[in-house]
Amino acid sequence: MSDHESTYVPKTGVEKWLDTRLPIVRFGADYMSLPTPKNLNYWWTFGGILALCLVTQIATGIILAMHYVPNTELAFASVERIMRDVNGGDLIRYTHANGASMFFIAVYLHMLRGLYYGSYKAPREMIWIVGCVIFFLMIATAFLGYVLPWGQMSYWGAEVITNLIGAIPVVGEPILIWLRGGPAIDNATLNRFFSLHYLLPFVIAGCVVLHLWALHHAGQNNPVGILIPKDRAKKDMVPFHPYFTVKDGFAIILFLILFAVFVFFMPNALGHADNYIPANPLQTPAHIVPEWYMLPFYAILRAVPDKFGGVLAMFGAIGVLFILPWLDTSKVRSMRYRPTMKIFFVIFVVVGVILGWCGGQLPDAAVVPGMPSFTLIDGKLNSYLWLTRLATLYYFAFFFVILPLVGLKEKPLPIPATISEPVLSGSDEHKG
Amino acid sequence: MMTLKTPMRSMKKTLVLIAAAAGLTLAAGPALAEGGGHHLRDGGFSFDGPFGTFDQGQLQRGYKVYREVCASCHSMDLMHFRTLAEPGGPFYDAHQASPAENRFVKALAKEVQIADIDTETGEPVMRDGTAADRFPHPYPNATAAAAANGGAAPPDLSVMAKARHGGANYIYSLLTGYHAVPEGLTIRPGQNYNAYMAGDLTPFWTGDAKHVPAGGFIAMPAPLRAGQVTYDDGTAQTVDNYAKDVAAYIAWASDPKQVARKRAGVGTLIFLLLFAGVTYLSYRRIWKGVAH
Repeated sequence: MSDHESTYVPKTGVEKWLDTRLPIVRFGADYMSLPTPKNLNYWWTFGGILALCLVTQIATGIILAMHYVPNTELAFASVERIMRDVNGGDLIRYTHANGASMFFIAVYLHMLRGLYYGSYKAPREMIWIVGCVIFFLMIATAFLGYVLPWGQMSYWGAEVITNLIGAIPVVGEPILIWLRGGPAIDNATLNRFFSLHYLLPFVIAGCVVLHLWALHHAGQNNPVGILIPKDRAKKDMVPFHPYFTVKDGFAIILFLILFAVFVFFMPNALGHADNYIPANPLQTPAHIVPEWYMLPFYAILRAVPDKFGGVLAMFGAIGVLFILPWLDTSKVRSMRYRPTMKIFFVIFVVVGVILGWCGGQLPDAAVVPGMPSFTLIDGKLNSYLWLTRLATLYYFAFFFVILPLVGLKEKPLPIPATISEPVLSGSDEHKG
Repeated sequence: MMTLKTPMRSMKKTLVLIAAAAGLTLAAGPALAEGGGHHLRDGGFSFDGPFGTFDQGQLQRGYKVYREVCASCHSMDLMHFRTLAEPGGPFYDAHQASPAENRFVKALAKEVQIADIDTETGEPVMRDGTAADRFPHPYPNATAAAAANGGAAPPDLSVMAKARHGGANYIYSLLTGYHAVPEGLTIRPGQNYNAYMAGDLTPFWTGDAKHVPAGGFIAMPAPLRAGQVTYDDGTAQTVDNYAKDVAAYIAWASDPKQVARKRAGVGTLIFLLLFAGVTYLSYRRIWKGVAH
């Protein structure tokens, strides 16, 4: 995977024997000694954090699968039994449930870091695209997993989301029945969702290998965003271990503190109370909402009056990420040197949060209660419906209008020739 | 010094950011909460907060209220009698060999009759309960439960504190929320007014449209009366105390491991903070002399 020169020297007889047959120790040693730009900041630690999240989800998930029963009559009680009668089961289950939220916090920050520092630009397009595949698989896996406890939100969430497939003209209905394993969501649906929920994390793990392979081949981006010339490698790079194992390690521990606060002290704060009511196909909950990490996309879905149009917009919101490398016309990677783009980026982050907020509200509710408003087409202007539409408009405009145009028009700040330059100019006793 | 300041600054930024992310996710929670009732009454429960623990006397009283009042209509399918004697539970005894050997729980289980089959003949029989038994169901099946209660089966209470926003405070508020019916509100037959029940009373309200009463209709009539359950420990036998005690008991039953988990959480956080400190020192040491 690593393309840098190997510095590994087999010492023992066993290592020498192995090195000529299966150089796995060399592979690991080279992997850990990867030259890494020394200016990576804490935003770069989310890769390691995400690796930890995936391992945590798989490890806890395998244990949960030993006790979980994928049957509509038994699933709800089996999840509760895990938390009551399995040794440490409450921690395992709460870690898995909150782990999904932690995973998404980390992946959103990881993606925003890539967006801000232009990590998707040549020669790193494949790292970004494989990352988008991972993100899409994560959404699918999280959705499937949320159905498994067979609570009210599990059932009705599955109902709403699978129904979206039915909105596809002509082929929608047959695909819907094929996907559900019958005309309605039932035991067949739960069984296949369990099977796929177990499968997809390993597909994600495979994609992570590709993601890292591409990363090690193209080299890490860095906050300055310039490619490090070969002759500067000695000055500007440090081996991954121990420099970034310790830095990532520190960030991972801080992240674990946040994780632990949720698991130990408020394990249900991020979930919805209705999911502790066993699924009842005859009783629709007052307010069907997905988990928080899906809310921005759920908001986009509801922003479009036409059902199929909404489905296209929702998948389009994820799909646009795949072509991002070709929408950005700027030659400069890091937004540190793109003052105009930086402002649009901050607005984009705020809009993302607004979309998430809107996704959890009733579309007809007033954004500012009591403020007089008039009806625009199909809803009051002072309603979450129109706020969502406004935010959705910005979301797509950011990718299709702002990124291409600003890249052509803006005048970037001067870019340092080396990554050491900003450090040197910022201090006169840098050798410290 | 500069080499140290830079990582410190970016670390602070990262911390602010993690805090902001946590804040956002927390803020999203209440956004999902449904309206429809008064602001909940605060029961001032002993198990609130990161260091809170259950009051064993309160749990025992709460169990008594459940057994003598609630259990005649509400099941608790996920509860076994032995669960009552688990560490932190209402009848835990430090001298018991195991929860199933707890003498109080064995006596309590014996008070109920469990449907079983005769191991010799296979005939259906009723036998005394044991600690290993689940709480018995008040009705033979869900249809019978609905039929006996005007069409709405009383919900199972096993995880009720987790299944409603506000948890124990919600249960406490609901049980004490049978206020006098506001003038101008038409009660539907078989329903009762409760100030904390979710719902929208607008269609049943003939008064000022701007002042629709909070709350909703509930099929369950006010279940608690003062003096209904005898307390042996001198606690006042009021509806307020009954409601508070049974809310505490249901909060415990909904997540019997919660106090043990919080205790483990304190230890875990202390460990993680120390580990973070040591790792940060290693980080400073390793990066010493590297300008970045």
